[in-house]
Amino acid sequence: RKPLSPVSAAMDAASSLMGGPSSADAPTDGEHRMGTTIVGVCYAGGVVLAADSRTSTGMYVANRASDKISQLTDNVYVCRSGSAADTQVISDYVRYFLHQHTIQLGQPATVKVASNLVRLLAYQNKSMLQAGMIVGGWDKYEGGQIYSVPLGGTILRQPFAIGGSGSSYLYGLMDHEWKEGMTQEEAEKFVVKVVSLAIARDGASGGVVRTVTINEEGVKRSFHPGDKLPLWHEEMEPQNSLLDILAAGSSDAMVQ
Amino acid sequence: MPYYIIRNPYVTGNSVIAMKYKDGVIMACDTGASYGSTLRYKSVERIKEVGKHSLIGGSGEFSDFQEILRYLDELTLNDHMWDDGNSLGPKEIHAYLTRVMYNRRNKFDPLWNSLVLGGVKKGPKGDEKYLGMVNMIGTHFEENHIATGFGNHMAIPILRGEWREDMTFEEAVKLIEKCLLVLLYRDRSSINKFQIAKITTEGSTIYPPYALKTNWGFAAFENPSKGAVGTW
Repeated sequence: RKPLSPVSAAMDAASSLMGGPSSADAPTDGEHRMGTTIVGVCYAGGVVLAADSRTSTGMYVANRASDKISQLTDNVYVCRSGSAADTQVISDYVRYFLHQHTIQLGQPATVKVASNLVRLLAYQNKSMLQAGMIVGGWDKYEGGQIYSVPLGGTILRQPFAIGGSGSSYLYGLMDHEWKEGMTQEEAEKFVVKVVSLAIARDGASGGVVRTVTINEEGVKRSFHPGDKLPLWHEEMEPQNSLLDILAAGSSDAMVQ
Repeated sequence: MPYYIIRNPYVTGNSVIAMKYKDGVIMACDTGASYGSTLRYKSVERIKEVGKHSLIGGSGEFSDFQEILRYLDELTLNDHMWDDGNSLGPKEIHAYLTRVMYNRRNKFDPLWNSLVLGGVKKGPKGDEKYLGMVNMIGTHFEENHIATGFGNHMAIPILRGEWREDMTFEEAVKLIEKCLLVLLYRDRSSINKFQIAKITTEGSTIYPPYALKTNWGFAAFENPSKGAVGTW
């Protein structure tokens, strides 16, 4: 990556990484990025991770059904945002390390250790990576935990975390609606609502909402297709065709 | 391998302010870490204890601050394992950090922080209070009052005017809060959630986070154009 002068560095970093327009990329052959909205929340008994499914190269949607929630161990998963390649490589390395660690330890790895391995790679290679990740899982010592590992390799444990370009639209919402100690059902419904609201406004997020619920019992993956998500402001109920609307005869035809 | 790297900071902590007072050193900062212009993390502890005699406050790139805390853990652990009745005091920790920061700067790969180091340790002249700072380019000095970031512009003038050698804890807290409030009003990246910490010969205390009342009840604020119709 081109070195920037320290003076303009912080401002450039902030604007380019929030998924702002990138004039350097040609419309279809930029680096594969996951604009993304990723969310992780703790509930009473475990965690729920959620993500959208859009991977873009410049303006083109390279994959409209990506899976951005990757498994690190049986009990720890990671939500990936930023450069697709960077986060895939980090996940692969961490999965490999954790596999060995689990064998040596003789028991499942803790969420803290998994998150710290992600942090190590992110921190030590910070000048080369663009990866913002949310690690979530369950272990017998601390129960459900969410760790945020943003750009730069900071690690912070939080009751809930949001990331990716779509997260800009969620700060206010989370401040308003987040509450501790939700039930599993409430938490799952909440993250789907939250990610779908971000998808509504972030061009770099879209597709389906995938969720992964992790607790003492195990792991449950869910799939919420794009056409089953709730509708928000100025969005309309999808139809098969205008012809159906006209046939039903109930449309208020806009007549001058 | 490029000969210059200079990475940009991503997640940054705000100003830290500190001053000596009668019984020791008092240090304060807000609990926020920003991501560009977003106030992204609002419950971050940026003041930590180091060994038995010191407090460190960090502003700038938070991942680098976390790494510095790891270095200090290693340093204090090794110091403890010597088991020789001695322990590193604030002056020594400051000197260590200065070397770390300056050497990274020389490699054009800085730890993007401004660090405040304060503490009290028994010396040949009795209990010696110590307060110093070191930043990402290796500039370091000792003073009676320190501030980083915006605090340099907003808090230092207040401290220069009102600091005295023999302030009680209560007076020191009041003065610090005056500075914190001015930073809250005038620093865009500050948040209304603060932590104050103190260190004395008895030990250190990091108080739980709290918020300060702000004052907006000025007639001129309600009616800015009253005395000057047509003003912007």
